[in-house]
Amino acid sequence: MKVSIPSPLLSYTQAPEVEADGATLSELLADLDQRYPGIRFRMIDEQGAIRPHMRIFINRERVVGLEEALSAEDEVQILQALSGG
Amino acid sequence: MTTETIPARSGPVLLLVGTRKGIFLLRSDAARSRWSLEGPHFLGHLAYHVVLDPRDGRTLLAATKTGHLGPALFRSTDLGKSWQEASSPPAFPKVEDGDGGRVVDHVFWLEPGLPGDPDVWYSGTSPPALFRSEDAGDTWSPVSGWNDHPNWGLWTEDGADGTPGGSLLHSINIDPRDPQHLYIGLSGGGVFESTDGGDSWKPLNRGCEANFNPVPEPEFGHDPHCLRLHPLAPDVLWQQNHCGIYRLERPSEVWERVGDNMPRDVGDIGFPIELHPRDPDTAWVFPMDGSDVWPRTSPDGKPAVYVTRDAGRSWQRRDAGLPREHAWLTVLRQAMTVDAHDPVGVYFGTTTGEVWASNDEGGEWTCVARNLPHVFSVEVAQLAS
Repeated sequence: MKVSIPSPLLSYTQAPEVEADGATLSELLADLDQRYPGIRFRMIDEQGAIRPHMRIFINRERVVGLEEALSAEDEVQILQALSGG
Repeated sequence: MTTETIPARSGPVLLLVGTRKGIFLLRSDAARSRWSLEGPHFLGHLAYHVVLDPRDGRTLLAATKTGHLGPALFRSTDLGKSWQEASSPPAFPKVEDGDGGRVVDHVFWLEPGLPGDPDVWYSGTSPPALFRSEDAGDTWSPVSGWNDHPNWGLWTEDGADGTPGGSLLHSINIDPRDPQHLYIGLSGGGVFESTDGGDSWKPLNRGCEANFNPVPEPEFGHDPHCLRLHPLAPDVLWQQNHCGIYRLERPSEVWERVGDNMPRDVGDIGFPIELHPRDPDTAWVFPMDGSDVWPRTSPDGKPAVYVTRDAGRSWQRRDAGLPREHAWLTVLRQAMTVDAHDPVGVYFGTTTGEVWASNDEGGEWTCVARNLPHVFSVEVAQLAS
Protein backbone atom coordinates (compact mmCIF):
# COMPACT_ATOMS: atom_id res chain seq x y z
CA MET A 1 0.00 0.00 0.00
CA LYS A 2 1.04 3.60 -0.38
CA VAL A 3 2.67 5.38 2.54
CA SER A 4 3.20 9.15 2.63
CA ILE A 5 6.51 10.17 4.18
CA PRO A 6 7.12 13.58 5.84
CA SER A 7 10.09 15.67 4.80
CA PRO A 8 12.18 14.96 7.94
CA LEU A 9 12.23 11.28 6.96
CA LEU A 10 13.04 11.71 3.26
CA SER A 11 16.70 11.05 4.03
CA TYR A 12 15.62 7.44 4.52
CA THR A 13 13.19 6.93 1.61
CA GLN A 14 14.39 9.56 -0.90
CA ALA A 15 10.72 9.77 -1.97
CA PRO A 16 7.60 11.37 -0.44
CA GLU A 17 5.52 8.30 -1.17
CA VAL A 18 6.67 4.70 -0.91
CA GLU A 19 5.21 1.20 -0.92
CA ALA A 20 5.11 -1.01 2.17
CA ASP A 21 3.06 -4.00 3.31
CA GLY A 22 1.52 -5.32 6.50
CA ALA A 23 -1.72 -6.61 7.95
CA THR A 24 -1.40 -4.13 10.81
CA LEU A 25 0.24 -0.75 11.24
CA SER A 26 2.88 -2.45 13.36
CA GLU A 27 3.70 -4.86 10.54
CA LEU A 28 3.73 -2.04 8.02
CA LEU A 29 6.23 -0.08 10.12
CA ALA A 30 8.39 -3.19 10.45
CA ASP A 31 8.30 -3.59 6.67
CA LEU A 32 9.22 0.07 6.23
CA ASP A 33 12.16 -0.44 8.56
CA GLN A 34 13.29 -3.45 6.54
CA ARG A 35 13.25 -1.36 3.40
CA TYR A 36 14.66 1.79 5.03
CA PRO A 37 16.71 0.74 8.08
CA GLY A 38 16.39 3.04 11.06
CA ILE A 39 13.24 4.87 9.98
CA ARG A 40 10.94 3.19 12.52
CA PHE A 41 12.94 4.27 15.58
CA ARG A 42 12.75 7.88 14.50
CA MET A 43 8.92 7.64 14.63
CA ILE A 44 8.27 4.99 17.28
CA ASP A 45 10.07 4.79 20.62
CA GLU A 46 11.46 1.64 22.18
CA GLN A 47 8.26 1.12 24.16
CA GLY A 48 6.21 1.00 20.97
CA ALA A 49 4.62 4.44 21.30
CA ILE A 50 4.32 6.93 18.47
CA ARG A 51 6.72 9.76 19.34
CA PRO A 52 5.03 12.92 20.67
CA HIS A 53 5.19 15.05 17.55
CA MET A 54 4.53 12.30 15.03
CA ARG A 55 1.08 11.68 13.62
CA ILE A 56 -0.07 8.65 11.67
CA PHE A 57 -3.30 8.61 9.70
CA ILE A 58 -5.05 5.68 8.01
CA ASN A 59 -7.43 6.84 5.30
CA ARG A 60 -7.15 10.32 6.86
CA GLU A 61 -8.15 9.20 10.34
CA ARG A 62 -5.57 9.60 13.07
CA VAL A 63 -4.48 6.47 14.91
CA VAL A 64 -2.68 6.30 18.24
CA GLY A 65 -1.85 2.58 18.49
CA LEU A 66 0.12 0.28 16.24
CA GLU A 67 -2.31 -2.64 16.13
CA GLU A 68 -4.72 -1.03 13.69
CA ALA A 69 -5.64 -3.48 10.92
CA LEU A 70 -4.71 -2.56 7.36
CA SER A 71 -5.83 -3.71 3.95
CA ALA A 72 -4.12 -3.31 0.61
CA GLU A 73 -6.32 -0.36 -0.45
CA ASP A 74 -5.63 1.67 2.67
CA GLU A 75 -3.68 4.88 2.48
CA VAL A 76 -1.22 5.59 5.28
CA GLN A 77 0.03 9.08 5.94
CA ILE A 78 2.86 9.84 8.31
CA LEU A 79 3.05 13.49 9.33
CA GLN A 80 5.24 15.43 11.68
CA ALA A 81 4.77 18.72 13.45
CA LEU A 82 7.30 21.37 12.49
CA SER A 83 6.92 23.55 15.54
CA GLY A 84 10.00 24.82 17.31
CA GLY A 85 12.92 26.99 16.36
CA MET B 1 51.08 8.23 40.66
CA THR B 2 52.01 8.93 37.05
CA THR B 3 51.67 5.77 34.98
CA GLU B 4 53.58 6.77 31.85
CA THR B 5 54.41 9.69 29.64
CA ILE B 6 52.52 10.83 26.58
CA PRO B 7 54.55 12.38 23.75
CA ALA B 8 53.39 15.72 22.39
CA ARG B 9 51.57 15.69 19.06
CA SER B 10 52.17 18.04 16.16
CA GLY B 11 50.57 18.95 12.87
CA PRO B 12 47.09 20.09 11.96
CA VAL B 13 44.10 19.79 14.26
CA LEU B 14 40.49 19.13 13.35
CA LEU B 15 37.85 20.51 15.70
CA LEU B 16 34.52 18.68 15.77
CA VAL B 17 31.83 21.20 16.62
CA GLY B 18 28.40 19.90 17.60
CA THR B 19 25.71 22.56 17.48
CA ARG B 20 21.99 22.96 17.87
CA LYS B 21 21.70 22.97 14.08
CA GLY B 22 24.26 20.46 12.89
CA ILE B 23 27.92 19.52 12.83
CA PHE B 24 30.76 21.77 11.68
CA LEU B 25 34.43 20.95 11.27
CA LEU B 26 37.26 23.42 11.78
CA ARG B 27 40.56 22.41 10.21
CA SER B 28 43.85 24.09 11.14
CA ASP B 29 47.21 24.38 9.46
CA ALA B 30 50.22 22.79 11.13
CA ALA B 31 50.88 25.90 13.21
CA ARG B 32 47.26 25.96 14.39
CA SER B 33 47.08 29.62 13.39
CA ARG B 34 44.87 29.41 10.30
CA TRP B 35 41.52 27.67 10.33
CA SER B 36 38.99 26.76 7.68
CA LEU B 37 35.35 25.88 8.31
CA GLU B 38 33.67 22.84 6.75
CA GLY B 39 30.06 21.74 6.92
CA PRO B 40 27.39 21.71 7.96
CA HIS B 41 26.70 18.04 8.29
CA PHE B 42 23.16 17.13 9.36
CA LEU B 43 21.95 20.72 9.01
CA GLY B 44 19.00 21.30 11.31
CA HIS B 45 19.77 18.34 13.56
CA LEU B 46 20.68 18.72 17.20
CA ALA B 47 24.24 17.43 17.37
CA TYR B 48 25.09 16.92 21.01
CA HIS B 49 28.50 15.29 20.76
CA VAL B 50 30.87 14.38 17.94
CA VAL B 51 33.91 12.34 18.87
CA LEU B 52 36.84 10.85 16.96
CA ASP B 53 37.92 7.36 17.92
CA PRO B 54 41.51 7.99 19.06
CA ARG B 55 42.28 4.30 18.60
CA ASP B 56 41.95 4.29 14.83
CA GLY B 57 42.16 8.02 14.13
CA ARG B 58 39.45 7.93 11.48
CA THR B 59 36.08 6.86 12.91
CA LEU B 60 33.71 9.59 14.03
CA LEU B 61 30.62 9.01 16.15
CA ALA B 62 27.90 11.65 16.29
CA ALA B 63 24.97 11.77 18.70
CA THR B 64 22.03 13.55 17.08
CA LYS B 65 18.30 14.02 17.03
CA THR B 66 15.92 16.56 15.58
CA GLY B 67 13.31 18.53 17.40
CA HIS B 68 10.70 15.83 16.94
CA LEU B 69 12.23 12.67 15.53
CA GLY B 70 13.76 10.11 17.82
CA PRO B 71 17.50 10.07 18.49
CA ALA B 72 20.00 8.74 16.00
CA LEU B 73 23.66 7.87 16.25
CA PHE B 74 25.78 8.16 13.12
CA ARG B 75 29.23 6.81 12.28
CA SER B 76 31.73 7.98 9.72
CA THR B 77 34.95 6.19 8.82
CA ASP B 78 36.18 8.88 6.43
CA LEU B 79 36.20 11.94 8.72
CA GLY B 80 32.70 13.00 7.80
CA LYS B 81 32.63 12.51 4.03
CA SER B 82 29.94 9.88 4.49
CA TRP B 83 27.85 8.73 7.45
CA GLN B 84 26.14 5.47 8.37
CA GLU B 85 23.40 5.23 10.96
CA ALA B 86 23.96 2.87 13.89
CA SER B 87 21.81 -0.19 13.26
CA SER B 88 20.79 -0.53 16.92
CA PRO B 89 21.11 2.78 18.80
CA PRO B 90 20.97 3.13 22.59
CA ALA B 91 17.45 2.23 23.78
CA PHE B 92 15.86 0.86 26.92
CA PRO B 93 14.41 -2.64 26.89
CA LYS B 94 10.73 -2.78 26.00
CA VAL B 95 8.47 -3.18 29.00
CA GLU B 96 6.02 -5.96 28.24
CA ASP B 97 2.90 -4.34 29.62
CA GLY B 98 3.75 -1.24 27.61
CA ASP B 99 3.26 1.06 30.56
CA GLY B 100 5.99 2.99 32.32
CA GLY B 101 8.87 1.92 30.16
CA ARG B 102 11.70 4.39 29.85
CA VAL B 103 12.54 6.06 26.55
CA VAL B 104 15.89 7.51 25.48
CA ASP B 105 15.31 11.14 24.57
CA HIS B 106 18.81 11.68 23.25
CA VAL B 107 22.37 10.48 23.49
CA PHE B 108 24.36 13.20 25.20
CA TRP B 109 27.86 11.82 25.79
CA LEU B 110 30.08 9.52 23.74
CA GLU B 111 33.19 7.93 25.22
CA PRO B 112 35.60 5.59 23.44
CA GLY B 113 36.93 2.63 25.40
CA LEU B 114 40.57 2.01 26.23
CA PRO B 115 43.17 1.15 23.57
CA GLY B 116 43.00 -2.48 24.66
CA ASP B 117 39.28 -2.59 23.86
CA PRO B 118 39.38 -1.22 20.32
CA ASP B 119 35.67 -1.62 19.47
CA VAL B 120 34.21 -0.59 22.83
CA TRP B 121 32.30 2.66 23.27
CA TYR B 122 30.13 3.97 26.08
CA SER B 123 27.32 6.48 25.78
CA GLY B 124 25.38 8.51 28.33
CA THR B 125 21.84 9.59 27.66
CA SER B 126 18.92 11.65 28.83
CA PRO B 127 17.26 10.30 30.95
CA PRO B 128 20.49 9.37 32.71
CA ALA B 129 21.33 5.91 31.46
CA LEU B 130 24.52 4.17 30.37
CA PHE B 131 24.95 2.09 27.21
CA ARG B 132 27.85 0.12 25.78
CA SER B 133 28.84 -0.91 22.28
CA GLU B 134 31.31 -3.66 21.49
CA ASP B 135 31.26 -3.22 17.72
CA ALA B 136 32.59 0.29 17.26
CA GLY B 137 29.26 1.99 17.87
CA ASP B 138 27.00 0.10 15.46
CA THR B 139 24.89 -1.73 18.08
CA TRP B 140 24.38 -0.75 21.71
CA SER B 141 23.29 -2.57 24.84
CA PRO B 142 22.10 -1.15 28.17
CA VAL B 143 24.53 -1.33 31.09
CA SER B 144 21.87 -2.85 33.27
CA GLY B 145 24.01 -2.64 36.42
CA TRP B 146 23.42 1.11 36.24
CA ASN B 147 20.16 1.47 34.31
CA ASP B 148 18.35 -1.12 36.46
CA HIS B 149 20.14 -0.43 39.71
CA PRO B 150 17.69 -0.60 42.66
CA ASN B 151 18.65 2.99 43.53
CA TRP B 152 18.42 4.36 39.97
CA GLY B 153 15.15 6.13 40.67
CA LEU B 154 16.42 7.43 43.99
CA TRP B 155 19.75 8.65 42.62
CA THR B 156 18.22 10.25 39.53
CA GLU B 157 14.84 11.31 40.91
CA ASP B 158 13.45 8.94 38.30
CA GLY B 159 15.34 10.83 35.65
CA ALA B 160 13.17 13.89 36.16
CA ASP B 161 15.45 16.21 38.13
CA GLY B 162 17.16 17.51 35.09
CA THR B 163 19.01 20.37 33.58
CA PRO B 164 17.05 22.55 31.13
CA GLY B 165 17.95 20.08 28.37
CA GLY B 166 16.88 17.07 30.43
CA SER B 167 18.47 14.97 33.12
CA LEU B 168 21.86 13.78 31.88
CA LEU B 169 24.44 11.07 32.28
CA HIS B 170 27.74 12.60 31.21
CA SER B 171 31.47 12.54 31.91
CA ILE B 172 32.08 8.83 31.44
CA ASN B 173 35.66 8.29 32.62
CA ILE B 174 37.51 4.98 32.30
CA ASP B 175 40.57 4.26 34.44
CA PRO B 176 43.36 3.66 31.90
CA ARG B 177 44.79 0.93 34.16
CA ASP B 178 41.55 -1.00 34.46
CA PRO B 179 38.61 -0.99 32.02
CA GLN B 180 36.35 -2.26 34.81
CA HIS B 181 36.89 0.93 36.79
CA LEU B 182 34.40 3.60 35.69
CA TYR B 183 33.31 7.01 36.89
CA ILE B 184 30.20 8.83 35.65
CA GLY B 185 28.56 12.19 36.34
CA LEU B 186 24.85 12.85 36.65
CA SER B 187 23.15 16.21 36.36
CA GLY B 188 21.57 16.01 38.75
CA GLY B 189 22.55 13.09 40.88
CA GLY B 190 26.27 13.30 41.51
CA VAL B 191 29.41 11.33 40.75
CA PHE B 192 29.24 7.54 40.84
CA GLU B 193 31.95 4.89 40.67
CA SER B 194 32.00 1.28 39.54
CA THR B 195 34.93 -1.09 39.94
CA ASP B 196 33.32 -4.06 38.21
CA GLY B 197 32.61 -2.81 34.71
CA GLY B 198 29.28 -1.24 35.62
CA ASP B 199 27.69 -4.14 37.50
CA SER B 200 27.59 -2.22 40.78
CA TRP B 201 27.87 1.46 41.67
CA LYS B 202 28.38 3.73 44.64
CA PRO B 203 28.09 7.51 45.07
CA LEU B 204 31.35 9.48 45.30
CA ASN B 205 30.33 12.95 46.44
CA ARG B 206 31.67 13.54 49.96
CA GLY B 207 33.06 17.02 50.35
CA CYS B 208 31.04 18.45 47.49
CA GLU B 209 28.54 21.13 48.30
CA ALA B 210 24.91 20.81 47.21
CA ASN B 211 23.50 24.14 48.32
CA PHE B 212 20.18 23.45 46.61
CA ASN B 213 19.62 20.45 48.89
CA PRO B 214 18.34 20.96 52.45
CA VAL B 215 20.29 17.90 53.63
CA PRO B 216 23.66 19.19 54.95
CA GLU B 217 25.94 16.51 53.49
CA PRO B 218 23.91 14.38 51.14
CA GLU B 219 25.35 11.13 49.81
CA PHE B 220 24.01 11.87 46.32
CA GLY B 221 21.89 14.46 44.53
CA HIS B 222 24.81 16.74 43.64
CA ASP B 223 25.29 18.43 40.31
CA PRO B 224 28.65 17.73 38.72
CA HIS B 225 28.80 19.69 35.47
CA CYS B 226 31.95 18.05 34.15
CA LEU B 227 34.21 15.34 35.55
CA ARG B 228 37.71 14.58 34.25
CA LEU B 229 40.24 11.91 35.10
CA HIS B 230 43.83 12.48 34.06
CA PRO B 231 45.22 9.65 31.92
CA LEU B 232 48.69 10.01 33.47
CA ALA B 233 47.44 10.31 37.01
CA PRO B 234 44.27 8.25 37.09
CA ASP B 235 44.00 8.52 40.85
CA VAL B 236 43.27 12.24 40.41
CA LEU B 237 39.81 13.44 39.47
CA TRP B 238 38.79 17.00 38.70
CA GLN B 239 35.25 18.28 38.76
CA GLN B 240 33.56 21.49 37.69
CA ASN B 241 30.46 21.31 39.82
CA HIS B 242 27.34 23.45 40.08
CA CYS B 243 28.83 24.44 43.46
CA GLY B 244 32.47 24.99 42.58
CA ILE B 245 35.68 23.41 41.32
CA TYR B 246 36.79 20.26 43.12
CA ARG B 247 39.72 17.85 43.05
CA LEU B 248 39.94 14.36 44.49
CA GLU B 249 42.99 12.16 45.06
CA ARG B 250 42.07 8.52 45.47
CA PRO B 251 41.89 6.49 47.59
CA SER B 252 40.38 9.45 49.43
CA GLU B 253 36.64 9.76 48.95
CA VAL B 254 36.47 13.39 50.02
CA TRP B 255 36.61 16.08 47.35
CA GLU B 256 38.59 19.26 48.02
CA ARG B 257 37.16 22.55 46.78
CA VAL B 258 40.17 23.98 44.94
CA GLY B 259 37.86 26.60 43.44
CA ASP B 260 38.07 28.44 46.75
CA ASN B 261 41.40 29.68 45.41
CA MET B 262 39.75 31.45 42.47
CA PRO B 263 39.34 35.25 42.67
CA ARG B 264 36.29 36.03 44.80
CA ASP B 265 34.80 38.43 42.25
CA VAL B 266 34.89 35.74 39.57
CA GLY B 267 33.95 32.73 41.61
CA ASP B 268 34.33 29.07 40.69
CA ILE B 269 31.06 28.29 38.93
CA GLY B 270 31.14 27.02 35.37
CA PHE B 271 30.38 24.10 33.10
CA PRO B 272 33.60 22.68 31.58
CA ILE B 273 36.96 21.70 33.01
CA GLU B 274 39.85 20.55 30.83
CA LEU B 275 43.15 18.93 31.79
CA HIS B 276 46.64 19.31 30.35
CA PRO B 277 47.47 16.09 28.48
CA ARG B 278 50.93 15.77 30.05
CA ASP B 279 50.73 17.71 33.32
CA PRO B 280 48.20 16.40 35.83
CA ASP B 281 48.49 19.59 37.91
CA THR B 282 47.28 21.86 35.08
CA ALA B 283 43.60 22.49 34.33
CA TRP B 284 41.54 25.13 32.53
CA VAL B 285 38.03 26.36 33.39
CA PHE B 286 35.67 28.95 31.94
CA PRO B 287 33.96 30.74 34.84
CA MET B 288 30.37 31.86 34.56
CA ASP B 289 28.06 33.95 36.66
CA GLY B 290 26.36 31.66 39.15
CA SER B 291 24.87 34.41 41.27
CA ASP B 292 21.27 35.38 41.78
CA VAL B 293 19.17 33.65 39.10
CA TRP B 294 22.23 32.05 37.51
CA PRO B 295 22.82 34.02 34.30
CA ARG B 296 25.44 31.43 33.29
CA THR B 297 27.31 34.11 31.33
CA SER B 298 30.84 35.42 31.72
CA PRO B 299 31.06 37.31 35.03
CA ASP B 300 30.50 41.03 34.45
CA GLY B 301 30.44 40.42 30.70
CA LYS B 302 34.22 39.98 30.67
CA PRO B 303 35.03 36.47 29.46
CA ALA B 304 38.17 34.71 30.58
CA VAL B 305 39.66 31.29 30.88
CA TYR B 306 41.41 30.51 34.15
CA VAL B 307 44.28 28.07 34.45
CA THR B 308 45.92 26.41 37.42
CA ARG B 309 49.39 24.88 37.15
CA ASP B 310 49.68 23.77 40.76
CA ALA B 311 46.73 21.43 41.22
CA GLY B 312 44.30 24.20 42.05
CA ARG B 313 46.29 26.03 44.70
CA SER B 314 46.34 29.14 42.50
CA TRP B 315 44.57 30.27 39.32
CA GLN B 316 45.61 32.75 36.64
CA ARG B 317 43.34 34.71 34.32
CA ARG B 318 43.89 34.11 30.57
CA ASP B 319 41.88 36.63 28.54
CA ALA B 320 44.28 38.16 25.99
CA GLY B 321 42.42 38.46 22.71
CA LEU B 322 39.00 37.89 24.24
CA PRO B 323 36.48 40.77 24.29
CA ARG B 324 37.17 43.21 27.12
CA GLU B 325 33.55 43.99 27.94
CA HIS B 326 29.91 43.35 26.99
CA ALA B 327 30.56 39.76 25.98
CA TRP B 328 28.02 37.59 27.73
CA LEU B 329 29.39 34.22 26.72
CA THR B 330 28.21 30.82 27.86
CA VAL B 331 30.37 27.73 27.34
CA LEU B 332 28.65 24.42 27.97
CA ARG B 333 30.22 21.38 29.61
CA GLN B 334 31.25 19.67 26.36
CA ALA B 335 32.21 22.85 24.56
CA MET B 336 35.79 23.21 25.79
CA THR B 337 38.70 20.95 24.89
CA VAL B 338 42.46 20.71 24.47
CA ASP B 339 44.79 19.16 21.95
CA ALA B 340 48.00 17.23 22.68
CA HIS B 341 50.51 19.65 21.13
CA ASP B 342 53.32 21.45 22.89
CA PRO B 343 52.29 24.07 23.77
CA VAL B 344 48.80 22.73 24.27
CA GLY B 345 45.99 24.18 22.18
CA VAL B 346 42.88 25.15 24.15
CA TYR B 347 39.52 25.63 22.43
CA PHE B 348 36.00 26.60 23.40
CA GLY B 349 32.68 27.21 21.67
CA THR B 350 29.91 29.48 22.86
CA THR B 351 26.15 29.32 22.82
CA THR B 352 26.34 32.43 20.64
CA GLY B 353 28.05 30.46 17.89
CA GLU B 354 31.68 31.44 18.29
CA VAL B 355 34.68 29.14 18.48
CA TRP B 356 37.80 30.48 20.13
CA ALA B 357 41.27 28.96 19.91
CA SER B 358 44.58 29.42 21.68
CA ASN B 359 47.70 27.67 20.42
CA ASP B 360 49.71 28.63 23.50
CA GLU B 361 47.81 27.19 26.44
CA GLY B 362 45.49 30.17 26.78
CA GLY B 363 48.11 32.92 26.43
CA GLU B 364 46.40 34.49 23.42
CA TRP B 365 42.93 33.83 22.04
CA THR B 366 41.64 34.07 18.48
CA CYS B 367 38.07 33.73 17.30
CA VAL B 368 38.26 31.08 14.57
CA ALA B 369 34.54 30.86 13.76
CA ARG B 370 31.54 33.03 14.43
CA ASN B 371 27.85 33.06 13.49
CA LEU B 372 27.54 29.33 13.97
CA PRO B 373 24.48 27.94 15.74
CA HIS B 374 24.45 27.44 19.53
CA VAL B 375 27.52 25.29 20.26
CA PHE B 376 26.93 22.19 22.35
CA SER B 377 30.32 20.53 22.06
CA VAL B 378 33.87 20.97 20.77
CA GLU B 379 36.23 18.02 20.52
CA VAL B 380 39.70 17.66 19.03
CA ALA B 381 40.42 15.17 16.30
CA GLN B 382 44.19 14.97 16.09
CA LEU B 383 45.17 14.45 12.46
CA ALA B 384 48.29 12.71 11.25
CA SER B 385 51.32 15.01 11.08
